[in-house]
Amino acid sequence: MEYFVQLFMGGLTRGSIYALIALGYTMVYGIIELINFAHGEIYMIGAFTALIIASVLTLHGFNEIAIFVLASLAAVIYSSAYGFTIEKIAYKPLRHAPRLSPLISAIGMSIFLQNYVLLAQTSDFLPFPGLIPEFGFMKKYEHISSSAELMIFLTTAVVMVILTCVIKFTKIGKAMRATAQDRKMAMLVGVDINRIISITFIIGSALAAVGGVLIASHIGQINFYIGFIVGIKAFTAAVLGGIGSIPGAVLGGFILGWTESFATGYVSSDYEDVFAFALLVLILIFRPAGLLGKSGSQKV
Amino acid sequence: MLKLVNVKTFYGNIQALKGVDIEVSEGEIITLIGSNGAGKTTTLMSISGITSPGSGEIFFRGRPIHNMSPDKIVSLGISQVPEGRHIFQKLTVMENLHMGAFLRTDKDSISEDIEYVFGLFPILTERRHQAGGTLSGGEQQMLAISRALMARPRLLLLDEPSLGLAPKIVKQIFGIIRKINSEQKTTIFLVEQNANLALQVAHRGYVMENGKIVLEDSSDRLLSNEAVKKAYLGL
Ligand SMILES: Nc1ncnc2c1ncn2[C@@H]1O[C@H](COP(=O)(O)OP(=O)(O)OP(=O)(O)O)[C@@H](O)[C@H]1O
Ligand SMILES: [Mg+2]
Repeated sequence: MEYFVQLFMGGLTRGSIYALIALGYTMVYGIIELINFAHGEIYMIGAFTALIIASVLTLHGFNEIAIFVLASLAAVIYSSAYGFTIEKIAYKPLRHAPRLSPLISAIGMSIFLQNYVLLAQTSDFLPFPGLIPEFGFMKKYEHISSSAELMIFLTTAVVMVILTCVIKFTKIGKAMRATAQDRKMAMLVGVDINRIISITFIIGSALAAVGGVLIASHIGQINFYIGFIVGIKAFTAAVLGGIGSIPGAVLGGFILGWTESFATGYVSSDYEDVFAFALLVLILIFRPAGLLGKSGSQKV
Repeated sequence: MLKLVNVKTFYGNIQALKGVDIEVSEGEIITLIGSNGAGKTTTLMSISGITSPGSGEIFFRGRPIHNMSPDKIVSLGISQVPEGRHIFQKLTVMENLHMGAFLRTDKDSISEDIEYVFGLFPILTERRHQAGGTLSGGEQQMLAISRALMARPRLLLLDEPSLGLAPKIVKQIFGIIRKINSEQKTTIFLVEQNANLALQVAHRGYVMENGKIVLEDSSDRLLSNEAVKKAYLGL
C-alpha cells in the first residue's frame, strides 16, 4: 500500500508537469491549429533561465525562498518573451501558407533552439539547485512523498485554477474561446486576432516555464535536450486528452503521469515509454479525438 | 455614408468582385440581390475587412477603410451578421452578446443594450444561460442580429438573414430589421436571395451578377422590372 501511494504521488508529480506543458500545446492548437513543436524548448529555456538566475542570486547571498520566487519569475518572463517572439518570426509569416509549412517551421525552430542552448551552454548535464524549500511537516511522510512533490502538485493546481478563471471570466478569456471556436466571427466582432494569438503563446510559455523550474529543481539536473523528451510526452498527453481541449490536456497529463509511474514501479523502468505510448495508441484507436476531444471529424 | 468605388476582390487567382460600385446614404435600407456565387458575401466581407479588396476603394463616413483591420472597422461602427449566423457555439447567449460588445468600454450602457435586444427578441431572455449551439435556427439568427446590435453600429450588414427559416420567423425578423432602422436610425445593408422579401423592406436595391453590379434602382421600380421579375422573383 505504501509503495502504491508512493507511485501514486510520483505519478501525480509527473502528471502535473505534463499537464502544465500540454496546456501550451492544446491552447495554441485550439487557436491556430498548429502543433508548436518548439514548445518543449520553451520549457527547457525556462529551466536554464532559472538555473542562471539562481546561481547569480546564490552568489549574492539571497535566501532560499527569494531565490525560488525570483528565479521562477525570471524563467516565466524570459520564456514568455521567447514564445511571443517565436510566433512572430516562425509562424505568423506562414499564417496563410499550406498547413505543412508552419509545422516544418516549428520543427526547425525546435532544432534551432536546442542547438543554440547547446552552443551557448554545454551538452553536459548541469546540476540544478533544489530550489523548492523543505517543509517540516512533510518529514512524517517522507517514505511516501516529498516536499518537492507536494509543492509541484500544489503549484500546478493553483496555476490551473488561475488559468480556468482567466479563460472563463475575463474578457480576454472569452475572446480566446470565441477565437478558438470561430476565428472569422471573432474578427467580425472586433477581436484583434494577432493579439489573441500572442497572448496564447505567452500564457502557454509561462506555464511551460513554471513546469521547467519545478521539475528541474526536483530532478536536480538539466541539459539542452530535456525539452525534447518532455515535449513529446506532454504532446502525447494533449492528444490523449483531446487536442484543443483544456481539461483534456490536464486529464491527459495526469493519466500519462500515473501510467508511467505505475508501469515503472510494478513492471520495469525500462518500459516507461513503452507503456506511455501504448496507452496513446489504444486511446487513439478507440477514441480518435482523444478522451475529451470533439468526436467526429478531426481537422488534421 | 458608405461608398464602394471599383472594388475588386480576389481569392487567390479567382476574381470574385470585378469592380463593384455601391453607395449607401445615412438612414437607408438598401439590398443587394443576386444568385448563388454572384459575390454578395464577398462584398460584405470586403467591407468588413475580412477579405480586403485587391484594388478599389471603400469609404465609410468619408474615411477610407479598405486597408483597415476588421477590428478597426468594427470600432468605426460597422457590424456584420454573417451568412450562416456564426454563433459562438459553446458560449452562452449572454457571452455571445458580450462578445458583440467586445470593443465597448461603457459597462452600464452595455447592460441597457442587452435589455434592449431582449425586448426585440423576448425568446432570448429565456435562453440567456444556454449555449449558443443549442438554440434553434431562428433563435440563432435572432442572437446573431442581437450580437451585431451590441456594438451599437451605425451601419448593419446582414447576409441572408432569411436563409433556412420558417416564413413566420422570417416575417418576425424582417419586422425587427425595419424597426431597428426606424427606431435606432441604423443604416442597413441587406444581402438576400429572397429578392421579393428584400425589395419589400428596402428603399433601394442593387442587382449583382458575376461579381458586377448590373442594375440599381428604387425597390418599387426593381419589383416591377421585367428582367428582375423573370430572374429573381420567379414570376
Ligand atoms: N474562400 C473562397 N475561396 C475561393 N473562392 C471563393 C471563396 N469564397 C467565395 N469564392 C468564390 O467567389 C464567388 C463569389 O462568392 P460569394 O460567396 O461572394 O457569393 P454569394 O453571392 O454570397 O453566393 P451565395 O448566394 O451562394 O451566398 C464564387 O464564385 C465563389 O465560388
Ligand atoms: Mg453568400
